[in-house]
Amino acid sequence: MSKKIGDVILDLQNISLRFGGVKALTDISFDVRQHEIRAIIGPNGAGKSSMLNVINGVYHPQEGRIYWHGEERKRMEPHMAARQNIARTFQNIALFKGMTVLDNIMTGRITKMKSNFIEHALWFGRARKEELEHRCKVEEVIDFLEIQHIRKTPVGRLPYGLQKRVELARALAAEPSMLLLDEPMAGMNVEEKQDMCRFILDVNDQFGTTIVLIEHDMGVVMDISDRVVVLDYGKKIGDGVPDEVKNNEDVIKAYLGAGH
Amino acid sequence: MLYREAGQFKTSYAADQQVFPIRQDRIGVVALLVIAFVGIPLFASEYWFSAILIPFLIFALAALGLNVLTGYAGQLSLGSAAFMAVGAYAAYNFQLRVEGIPFLVSFALAGLTAAGVGILFGLPSLRIKGFYLAVATLAAQFFIVWCLTKFPWLSNNSSSGVISTQKLILFGRELNTPVEKYLLVLSIVVVMAMAAKNMVRSSTGRAWMAVRDMDVAASVIGIKLMPTKLLAFAVSSFYCGVAGALYAFAYLGSVEPDGFSLEMSFRILFMIIIGGVGSIMGSFLGAAFILLLPIFLDVALPFIANLLGLPFASATVSHIQITVFGALIMFFLIVEPHGLARLWQIAKEKLRLWPFPH
Repeated sequence: MSKKIGDVILDLQNISLRFGGVKALTDISFDVRQHEIRAIIGPNGAGKSSMLNVINGVYHPQEGRIYWHGEERKRMEPHMAARQNIARTFQNIALFKGMTVLDNIMTGRITKMKSNFIEHALWFGRARKEELEHRCKVEEVIDFLEIQHIRKTPVGRLPYGLQKRVELARALAAEPSMLLLDEPMAGMNVEEKQDMCRFILDVNDQFGTTIVLIEHDMGVVMDISDRVVVLDYGKKIGDGVPDEVKNNEDVIKAYLGAGH
Repeated sequence: MLYREAGQFKTSYAADQQVFPIRQDRIGVVALLVIAFVGIPLFASEYWFSAILIPFLIFALAALGLNVLTGYAGQLSLGSAAFMAVGAYAAYNFQLRVEGIPFLVSFALAGLTAAGVGILFGLPSLRIKGFYLAVATLAAQFFIVWCLTKFPWLSNNSSSGVISTQKLILFGRELNTPVEKYLLVLSIVVVMAMAAKNMVRSSTGRAWMAVRDMDVAASVIGIKLMPTKLLAFAVSSFYCGVAGALYAFAYLGSVEPDGFSLEMSFRILFMIIIGGVGSIMGSFLGAAFILLLPIFLDVALPFIANLLGLPFASATVSHIQITVFGALIMFFLIVEPHGLARLWQIAKEKLRLWPFPH
């Protein structure tokens, strides 16, 4: 692979997150480099999703520093993450059930629209122009993910695998520089997983998007990711390229139990 | 057979994004507007205008307002009648206190006043959802009616807050026949319905629906929850406010605060439940259904009783009305939660194929 992995763009230092007395994350540090595919793995309840929620501002860690493109990040609300070009998908699909596929994906571009509700009400000038411009961009995403045939279907009627794909489309429509994927392949069959892997690699390759990914399928993780960080009970127990992690004693212990 | 879209190809996104992408729909809507603006004024009687058509349009507008808030933005409200009251009293006061203000301006200002009050009572929606929010809007319902009775200034010191509206004058012409009032109400409703349709099919509406369907995902995408919800409250109350002003000026001519009761709020809520939650057309269908059903039963029940040779008391009619009403609401909640608008949509899908099986 001739990938150009760049500088560190996201640096998390000594992150600790507590909910009351429960420690979700303890003193975790790791970084993400531009253009890489960074996997976060670990057994259930290890704090992987919490980690993503910290990155895009849904949770606020009590301790630790976060640097985004070298600048320290102050307390951030989720909607600000979108404005910093961080997009994400959810573990349990979080699509807007009552809307069509097209509308769901159009929603992904909402931060890029400038017209206000009065212009919308009058359907005049900027509102009309923007709607068409963004429709073109959205159609590119639809073509890329091969979901042309379901454009006008309400997402609630789609099978699970396609819903996952629509959710990825919605995230991609925002043209993110960093994409957070929370178990993009959970519950899929082999073909769907292959498709999804292909899309993730293509996104990374063609758009240069940095990807942070949580996944349980070890085959997939070891195959597509550049570096892997391993969490267990909210602590970091391993970090490195897939081969290093695979042979790490602590990681083996966490997955297979001691004295295997 | 007639309702086919075969051969109608879209070659641009602009064509694909039209409000009515199917040609038959466009013809239908134009025909409907011609009938409403030209046909009905020629043929309908005075009773039809003042007892059926004008209230239908006004309630459809109020239902449209509530539908923006509840159907599109997912915020349950029980204060629609109170926001109508704000609009009615605001329009009255603007007419009374501002020298020579044109009527349309005072209606718009009445809407804006209601929007302001709506934002105020929408603030709890930032922290609470569902039933709890409904209870908070219930506070609006009681507080506003209480205010209008309590402060005589608002009703120009009339006893128990009753106001008699000023004469409707438009472009130097007094509107005193029902037909003229009907045309005024119809024009306002058509323009506002189109504006609402445009809002809900653009990113404003998508933001509302995103908040309705999944607010966490909406905020992660970059939608600011607070402005989005408050905008929904403002737009919704604006519509209710204008509907209230028309209710006072073009329909009743004299209103009292207690007229804008909780019962009226519930009626508007039933209109959107039966008509279709989250549908512009549903607001109209629901308003028509709820206003016409009692009239229909009034006529039909004595007739049926006569046929069967049953003894008949007028009290029975109102009892049966209430029973049928309740039964229908339960029926819709169970069988078709998306209301008449959804039934219409299903009918259209069937019509595309009819008379062929597939």
